[in-house]
Amino acid sequence: MVVPFRFGHMLGIEPLSAEEILFLLDQSKPFQEIQRHPLKKLATLRGKTVALAFFEPSTRTRISFATAAARLGADQMNLQAESSSLKKGESLLDTVRTLDAMKPDCIVMRHSSSGAPDFVARNLSLPVINAGDGTHEHPTQALLDALTIRDRRGTLKGLNVTILGDILHSRVARSNIHLLSKFGCRITLCGPAMWLPRELECLVPAGTSIRRVTRIDEALEGADVVLTLRVQQERLHEPALALDEYILQYQLTPQRLRRAKPDALVLHPGPMVRGLEIDPAVADGPQSCVLEQVTNGLAVRMALLFLMIGADSSSERDSSHAAD
Amino acid sequence: MRIVEKTQLMTATEIDRTVQRLAHEIVEKSGGTSNLALIGIRRRGVPLAKRIAQAMRGIDGVDVPVGILDITLYRDDLSKVAAQPVLQSSDIPFPVDDKDLVVVDDVLYTGRTIRAAMNGLFDLGRPKRVRLCVLIERGHRELPIEATFVGRGVQTSDTEIIEVRLNEIDQEERVMLVERVP
Repeated sequence: MVVPFRFGHMLGIEPLSAEEILFLLDQSKPFQEIQRHPLKKLATLRGKTVALAFFEPSTRTRISFATAAARLGADQMNLQAESSSLKKGESLLDTVRTLDAMKPDCIVMRHSSSGAPDFVARNLSLPVINAGDGTHEHPTQALLDALTIRDRRGTLKGLNVTILGDILHSRVARSNIHLLSKFGCRITLCGPAMWLPRELECLVPAGTSIRRVTRIDEALEGADVVLTLRVQQERLHEPALALDEYILQYQLTPQRLRRAKPDALVLHPGPMVRGLEIDPAVADGPQSCVLEQVTNGLAVRMALLFLMIGADSSSERDSSHAAD
Repeated sequence: MRIVEKTQLMTATEIDRTVQRLAHEIVEKSGGTSNLALIGIRRRGVPLAKRIAQAMRGIDGVDVPVGILDITLYRDDLSKVAAQPVLQSSDIPFPVDDKDLVVVDDVLYTGRTIRAAMNGLFDLGRPKRVRLCVLIERGHRELPIEATFVGRGVQTSDTEIIEVRLNEIDQEERVMLVERVP
């Protein structure tokens, strides 16, 4: 059996079909098993090189991609904002062309500007994986969230999903809205009004149920999934909002969570600030999927690397000898 | 390139008889079955392993666990194939440490599939012994690998292909020798 889809780049969830997303989740299953093996290192991508270009500081996503590449046997090139020559005035294009000249097989890229990975994809003949760009998309985060939800719920179809927090600045929220709306989920966005931009309602296909709610109790009513976002404290001063005011009105506490369905899942993309957006009792409670999300992130990223650079995409050789 | 059928090598009855014999041989040559487990290689090794386990149950009531192994991630030719194969899950619901394993596949040809299978198995632990059981052995090895239990040996040329068809996968039951004709 040959894969039914080709993933030349992974720039966002928006252009993917529901079938492509389900295929990616299915292909992540064998990699979930690998995480349970005593010996987790494969040689599948031996000889391949993954360039990790993080123009914006990142810890967990970078470590996750680096571990995914290592467990597949691939080598890595590492570029980090703090030590890069961007500081010396080099343009983005010159930096990635320099990486490209060292002949990696794909580039995993994070950038503070929305659309930067798309720009790179149009200028290099190299597969590009978006590891988060500005406030645009973070596709692998949405995929690992979907894998976590599907594992626990058995399906993605028709769930009530509440996304809580700073939605305005969140690429995680956008990628999740794109993904979940393809499966007919009913989406509720909740947070202070200044963080609930009206244009998000235009992201989804016509007919999708999406609403903006400023009162958390109302937003959590009947939820199957609560996706809590990190409050980016550096953004709080924009229109002034006191931290303790946010905690008072929007912190996800056990009492508030009772409004959701009894078995509602709590997701958080991390890094999580206990006592700010989430009460420690919820973060450590039985409904929390936070650590599963991290493990599933490895599986999703391994699947993506395997699908994008596993086979020889440069030739259309006769494959009739391939075992099925 | 066309593919033409040259001859039928086994009928459904012959396949069944061979599976029964292989089950007997494995029991006979294992010095006890308590530690034994079968590993079917996807795809057609899986129904064969299940049938052999079923036959062994009929011999002296031994219940031998069957695991499923997908070798895609362990293939050595992935970077050379243009068409990416779909991954499937492995399912080995028992620890392989110190187990007496019999790997089951339909055809033994170059030996590369078995090399991949052994890599996969050793990522799961350290079996006490690993032996190989195949329905058809057709020569042309590229690695030093041999089967302990062989259903039938067939002389082939390297333009010929053995097609094993099993009900569980192909909705028909027979083994054919076919040839690629330019």
